[in-house]
Amino acid sequence: MKIVLYICLFFSSLLHANVIEVGHNKPIKSIKKAIALAKAGDTVMVYKGLYKEGNIIINKRIVFLGKNVPVLDGQKKYEVLSIKADSVVVDGFKVIKSGYATLEDPCGIKVYNKNYVVIQNNVLDDNFFGIYIQNGSHCIIKNNRLTAYGKEEQSIGNGIHCWKSDSLQIIGNTISGHRDGIYFEFVTNSVIWRNISTRNVRYGLHFMFSNDDAYISNIFKNNGAGVAVMFTKNVKMFNNFFEENWGDAAYGLFLKEISDSYIIGNKFSKNTSGIHMEGTNRIQVEKNVFKANGWGMKILASCSDNVIKNNNFLGNTFDISTNGSLVLNTFNNNYWDKYEGYDLDKNGVGDVPFHPLSLFAVLTERNPSAMLLFRSFMITLLDKSERILPSITPDNFVDNSPLMHSLPL
Amino acid sequence: MNRIIRIIFLDILKNKIVLAYTIILGILSWSSFGLEDNSAKGLLTILSIILFTVPLVSILFATIYLYNSSEFIELLLSQPIKRKKIWLSLFLGLSLSMVLAFFIGAGIPLLVYAPDSVGIMMLIVGCLISLVFVALAFLSSILTRDKSKGIGIAIMSWLYFALLFDGIVLFLLFQFSDYPIEKAMVAVTALSPIDLARIQILLQLDASAMMGYTGAIFKDFFGTSLGLLISFLLLCLWVVVPFFISLIKFKNKDL
Repeated sequence: MKIVLYICLFFSSLLHANVIEVGHNKPIKSIKKAIALAKAGDTVMVYKGLYKEGNIIINKRIVFLGKNVPVLDGQKKYEVLSIKADSVVVDGFKVIKSGYATLEDPCGIKVYNKNYVVIQNNVLDDNFFGIYIQNGSHCIIKNNRLTAYGKEEQSIGNGIHCWKSDSLQIIGNTISGHRDGIYFEFVTNSVIWRNISTRNVRYGLHFMFSNDDAYISNIFKNNGAGVAVMFTKNVKMFNNFFEENWGDAAYGLFLKEISDSYIIGNKFSKNTSGIHMEGTNRIQVEKNVFKANGWGMKILASCSDNVIKNNNFLGNTFDISTNGSLVLNTFNNNYWDKYEGYDLDKNGVGDVPFHPLSLFAVLTERNPSAMLLFRSFMITLLDKSERILPSITPDNFVDNSPLMHSLPL
Repeated sequence: MNRIIRIIFLDILKNKIVLAYTIILGILSWSSFGLEDNSAKGLLTILSIILFTVPLVSILFATIYLYNSSEFIELLLSQPIKRKKIWLSLFLGLSLSMVLAFFIGAGIPLLVYAPDSVGIMMLIVGCLISLVFVALAFLSSILTRDKSKGIGIAIMSWLYFALLFDGIVLFLLFQFSDYPIEKAMVAVTALSPIDLARIQILLQLDASAMMGYTGAIFKDFFGTSLGLLISFLLLCLWVVVPFFISLIKFKNKDL
């Protein structure tokens, strides 16, 4: 009985954690000193104020808590916060002005090869890289606000940068003005949920060699080149918004070498190209809305076995475009607002097939300056006759069961 | 001068054709806007009206009207009125009625259903196109005394601007596609008022596509406020130049 009691006492003493307070009117004024004093499991509570302590390294399993948003200033020289221990929690700080170096990539907050780190409710302003997870797993990045003021790709880093990691959760962050809003390279089994990525210099989300991930309900708006997903399989893209990505090579969603993935319930509006697909295989594109884009979808001839069904195509300049005559993809049950067929048996499905590829889309693909003649009477006539008797456009590029009414998406 | 304009304007109103034109424009626009809950289809209908119907009606009606009122013009010439004044009043009376017809027929539905940059642009461009083709009608009717020949010239010039010109441009584009002809093509559009009008509307209507790489050069020129100003100036030149040539010819004409 006594032994049991001793064991209980022993464990409860282990569970006991101290709170070390840091502040201008507290006994401890330096964060570095507080971390040095802390033992694993302690909480370092930092009170409101401006802390210019250079590079702060957290090398113990502590909770690092900011009270009333204390400011950690990197003075444009240092990496602000380096996390080199498992299960660290960083909560409630304002991290500003990390250094700039192209070799070391100094960050606002960086995790070095550690797991179960939680970074939440922080504000990051004017950093080179925002939050960087290097070779970590089971980390959570939640409700942070990242702002930077990048003008060109070379002089600014990524907002949330994840490399060679696993099982991450990126939730509810707001990112703007970085190079890539969220960057994933060799990251697996992770989820990107409810983030807002706007006005980044390059991509809102940049995604490479990252299998088995999902991104859900994010907003990507007005980024330099939209969103790029490349060299990946098993990606799930659900209910995201891709908006106003305008420019020479801007895409709502750019897919390159993707296979076995799902694009469901997304909304693409006012992009130069809604989706641009290159070398993709076995992708389900379902229940998406393509509205007021220059090109709804660009499906290059290198794509095969993709299924495009139950989507709404509304008010796009061109619904579909391609660069060859080979068609290995299927279109079914989509609503096309350019469809002019009829429905005699009133089953909601048009009785004549729809050829979504217009002659003029093919012409502009071959000779971009032909755009000059768009909507002229001559071109409209040519387009109409091409739709009835396809000669230049591939005749198997067809939706055999176009819907008469738009789907309620 | 005001009295001559008023007489001509009232005469055109009495002539039921312009009224019918207004009503037809109105029916087309209201019904195409009312067809669906978004205004896209209506805008496209009005676009084809501007690029097709408005030029045809403006040029044909004005030409025929001028030929039919040749006796009235001769009567006016016997009065102590300057020839310039008579010709200008005729132009103002005719163009006022055509612009008014377009404004009431297509402009009001535009303002009701699409009171944004697209709608406003279409309204302005439609009025300008009416003016351009009335001016071209003055030119074609002064070129020859023969009525059927004059109407023939009017129809030919409409056919050229509405159809043939684009065909020629398309041909040039594909013949010279190996050369950097984008800039030259922008210059070529200045040669057709309908193309100028169309591109201005396109930049508003298909912004997403025109902002893309294909449209970059057009956006860089037409999309800037300088480009906008230049293309409006060019459209105005298309009104002034044909009318001015016809005015000189009318002044020196032996009637």
